[in-house]
Amino acid sequence: MAERGATPQVSPARRRALHAVRAFFSPLLPDDYLELINPLWSTRELRGRIERIDEETADTVTVLIRPGYEWTGHRPGQYLRIGVVIDGVHHWRAYSLTSEPGRPDGCISITPKLVDSGKVSPYLVRQARPGDVVRLGGVEGTFVLPEPVPAKLLFISAGSGITPIMSMLRSLHRGDAARDVAHIHSARTFDDVIFADRLREIDEAHAGYRLRLRITGEEGRIAPADLDELCPDWRTRHAFLSGPGEMLDAMSEHWKGEGVAEMLRVERFQPMIGGDPGGGEGGSVRFVKSGLQAECDGATPILVGGEEAGAVLPFGCRMGICHTCVGKLCAGEVRDLRTGEVHGNEGEMIRTCVNAPEGPIEIAL
Amino acid sequence: MTQTQIAASTEAHSPLSHLSSEQLDELGRELDAIKDRVFAELGTRDRRYIESMIAMQRRLAVMGRVLLLASRYRPAWVAGTATLSLAKILENMEIGHNVLHGQWDWMNDPQINSSTWDWDTASTAEAWKHSHNYVHHTFTNILGKDKDLGYEIMRIDPRQKWHPVYLLQPLYNLVLAAFFEWGVALHDLDFEAIRTGKKSKAQVKRELAGIREKAKSQIVKDYIAWPLLSGLAMAALDAAIEVGRGRGGSGGSGRKRRGLLSRRRRGGLTNVLRTALDSATGAYRSTASADATANIVRNVWAYAIIFCGHFPDQTYTFSPEEVEDESRGGWYVRQLVGAANIEGSPLFHVASGNLGYQVEHHLFPDMPSTRYAEIAPQVKDVCERYGLPYNSGPFGRQLGMVQRTILRLAFPGGSQRPKPGPYRGATEHPA
Repeated sequence: MAERGATPQVSPARRRALHAVRAFFSPLLPDDYLELINPLWSTRELRGRIERIDEETADTVTVLIRPGYEWTGHRPGQYLRIGVVIDGVHHWRAYSLTSEPGRPDGCISITPKLVDSGKVSPYLVRQARPGDVVRLGGVEGTFVLPEPVPAKLLFISAGSGITPIMSMLRSLHRGDAARDVAHIHSARTFDDVIFADRLREIDEAHAGYRLRLRITGEEGRIAPADLDELCPDWRTRHAFLSGPGEMLDAMSEHWKGEGVAEMLRVERFQPMIGGDPGGGEGGSVRFVKSGLQAECDGATPILVGGEEAGAVLPFGCRMGICHTCVGKLCAGEVRDLRTGEVHGNEGEMIRTCVNAPEGPIEIAL
Repeated sequence: MTQTQIAASTEAHSPLSHLSSEQLDELGRELDAIKDRVFAELGTRDRRYIESMIAMQRRLAVMGRVLLLASRYRPAWVAGTATLSLAKILENMEIGHNVLHGQWDWMNDPQINSSTWDWDTASTAEAWKHSHNYVHHTFTNILGKDKDLGYEIMRIDPRQKWHPVYLLQPLYNLVLAAFFEWGVALHDLDFEAIRTGKKSKAQVKRELAGIREKAKSQIVKDYIAWPLLSGLAMAALDAAIEVGRGRGGSGGSGRKRRGLLSRRRRGGLTNVLRTALDSATGAYRSTASADATANIVRNVWAYAIIFCGHFPDQTYTFSPEEVEDESRGGWYVRQLVGAANIEGSPLFHVASGNLGYQVEHHLFPDMPSTRYAEIAPQVKDVCERYGLPYNSGPFGRQLGMVQRTILRLAFPGGSQRPKPGPYRGATEHPA
């Protein structure tokens, strides 16, 4: 089944009323007719309307979305699954929420950066317009600001990795809780700094917030060894890291090496699919329902291989989160592209978006 | 002619006999290529079509239902019934049938999807997908395997063995037309599988429960909920008029003695109640009759279109032996010659769920229906080059042939009707 939005928070009275009259509409629901008037009225899935799209940098925009029903909230740092229709096809992606919970206007925002080879980000950055309706899925993620907020914080972000941090900063800003926050943010050039104005505002508003901007095009990338100079008391701070994989790996090792790993939280937001192309042997996939055959190398997910072979397969997030793409494994073994782990028992439900075949397999899709 | 002679003569004319297995493979590749080209192109235009079709169908349904609230007025009854019939036809054919075929699954839409769709008919989506998508579309026109060949109750091919019960088929043919959705729902159960024990009791029970549930919701909607609403609306209207009339009368006649006035009021209340009850009953009846008519119109239309798909004279049937070791190309040819198109206007094709392009639909059951008209010339071209027939004809003629067959084959014997030769280009078959 194709992925759909989260169940909206609808008043029980409204749900009861809709339930009471459903006999008039079976096998459809009253929703099916109400959606003709306003697609945001769906009580089956939460949708939102794009209110505004603001350019942050040349290739990054902030999309402000008004949810159809009251926003049930999120914790700063979490991401949202969002569904858009591109060339007639529903696509789902996860983006960090860059808005803080409890915005007075009830809106939420995400800040996608253009990935040229991507599908959803080119749409959001270049094509989406205010008034467009998007689907809002579940809010997930454990990279969140703890409650209560720790006394001393350290944020290290790079590039678009700032997005979950932004929600945390805004939340601290709104709650006037930025008492002792050190923030090191890297960007290639000054023009590439997402939220530059907003960061400056927060910097000016709170004495306890210290922003250190690192322009890597001039100063080079930040290395673990720089920490002692940039933020001498980093070992005693609750640290939040969000950025490219290499940076996360290097920093994580450093925290571990210094014996303070428990102080560090990282956002591995980009799935590491294909990160280890040499790891697996790949194999052939037989799709039992369509009878189609596909070949995948060790770095190609079953889903991608199948699509290239012309199979119409269910898909959602394409990063192993939503379980929309699952199919029952009938034969063979698969390799999880995120962990490299080889697994597979007959009858196991396999996420085709993050698994590659390890030798020939059959899957009931 | 004896049975063996018939079999021999049809085999001699088998449309496949002149094609080598290499040619069949090549034909398969050509048809695959047509499909691939269309699927590579699917996009916004197609999505917009199905979404606006669904939106229009729902608006028509609402319009029909609202008109029928006033169904006691003849013009409203006629207009409402016509609108609701059209809505039900679109819902069943261009939308339901095609969505359940998975024609729109490529959109990855959570609602317009064969795995979640449900339709306003007696068959559950699940049972129908099995009997239609799988059994009928895989074993198309294979005697004994394609259960849609006569729906297990009719003899529509001379190679089917005659039985005295077929004498009644002209009669139950009419009953089937009027109650087609119920016939299809029972047909989905697959009586042969039940008889031979291929289907477990538990499954039969589950499927019957499914039909019961579908029946209940249709009956509640069409014969209770909407008629009742119409009854209440008309009762309220007439009661209001009656009250108004009563007030107007007492206001005009000046002061009256108290006793007389209260007696009048009591009489007035009884009158109002009686009027309300009368109009409620009348409106209930007229709306229920309108809904029943719309269901029958939809059933007869679906019956007519579907019977024209495989039972006109031009189509070929196959014995299980003929299709042994069938290649992909052979499968395509069987679909091609086992189906027949209906010629008509674009409006006709929409109203028939594009099943007037039965040939194209059988070649590519999961291709969005809107694309059938576009690929028809390419399919004709393939037919012409491979010396294959492209079965097609006007609606009246096709339906006439089907009815003639049903009448003739009610009696023993009967021979294969003459088949059209290979397709020779558009000039021979003006559209």
